[in-house]
Amino acid sequence: MRSIWRTLDRKVLADIGLACVAVFFIGLSYGAIAVASGFPLWVPAAQSVLVLAGASEFLFIGIVAAGGSPIAAALAGLLVNSRHLPYGLALPTGVTGRRWGRLPGTHVMNDESVVFALAQPDLERKRAAYWACGLGVLVCWPGGAVIGGLIGSAVHDTSAFGLDAMFPAVILALIVKDLRDTRMLRAALIGAAIALAATPFLPAGLPVLLALAAVLLLVRAPAATPQPGPQPAVARAGSTP
Amino acid sequence: MKDTTLVVAGMGALAAGTYAFRLSGQLLRARITFPPRATRLLEAAAVILLAALVATTALTEGHGFSGFARPAGVLVAGVLAWRKAPFLVVVIAAAAVTALLRLLGVA
Repeated sequence: MRSIWRTLDRKVLADIGLACVAVFFIGLSYGAIAVASGFPLWVPAAQSVLVLAGASEFLFIGIVAAGGSPIAAALAGLLVNSRHLPYGLALPTGVTGRRWGRLPGTHVMNDESVVFALAQPDLERKRAAYWACGLGVLVCWPGGAVIGGLIGSAVHDTSAFGLDAMFPAVILALIVKDLRDTRMLRAALIGAAIALAATPFLPAGLPVLLALAAVLLLVRAPAATPQPGPQPAVARAGSTP
Repeated sequence: MKDTTLVVAGMGALAAGTYAFRLSGQLLRARITFPPRATRLLEAAAVILLAALVATTALTEGHGFSGFARPAGVLVAGVLAWRKAPFLVVVIAAAAVTALLRLLGVA
């Protein structure tokens, strides 16, 4: 660990710290929302450690709380997490660890740790940034989720406090950066319209998956603003693990 | 929470599958190059799924309309997020607007 502090300059460490604080606050809302949606505390606690990928955990909780099948929820979550495959391809060999160290190192791969690692100029600093951010998120995300869950358990009338509005607000705050791209915004709106139109007729969980048809809108024409290298889909630089 | 076994199975599948995605990119690195366009489509798919989740959780409850208070709170949050308000402000505004409307008798 000591080598991380010596390898990275103070500015990078401060940025990583800020990203981890942001993750902690999202974790707070995640735990509170999960408990308010009727899940026991161990569900967000276990998920935050074992899945360690915020957006997919929100999606899972949201679909199951709406009455959807946990299997459909897991599939939707996996689709969101499929971006970790190109992340793994993008990271130079040795960043996540050497030989067997790679197995635990792989688990802390997330939007933030990948962004910080790729921004560093050489392998040694890439590895240090990756581990500093990865371990920071590994502490802050579950820590936030458990504390949020405990706070949420203390609130009994969740609808009087408007807690049910927090869930869509959190997700919206996480994707708003992506929606600034006009083509992305249009596809997202059409996807949302499809899901809404299907909600009265289909079992819970399916309408959200049906929204994926809107991806077809983006298949043909090349993206208006091509970005080199993999970019986190959700919350570039510091909002969710 | 309904059927605990099924929820645990879903959680296990999500955790295992996510780890598999993380690991396979690392293992395949020497062998394949993933086209950037495919990467962007995966990202877009994630955003679309999440946007659909925002719409359905904000506007519906079961198979019907959720009432006006919740989407109004989410709308305010969306405007604040668009204007780059801090995360906590966005989330608390959503809850506060919805709670206030309900206090005033809006469903």
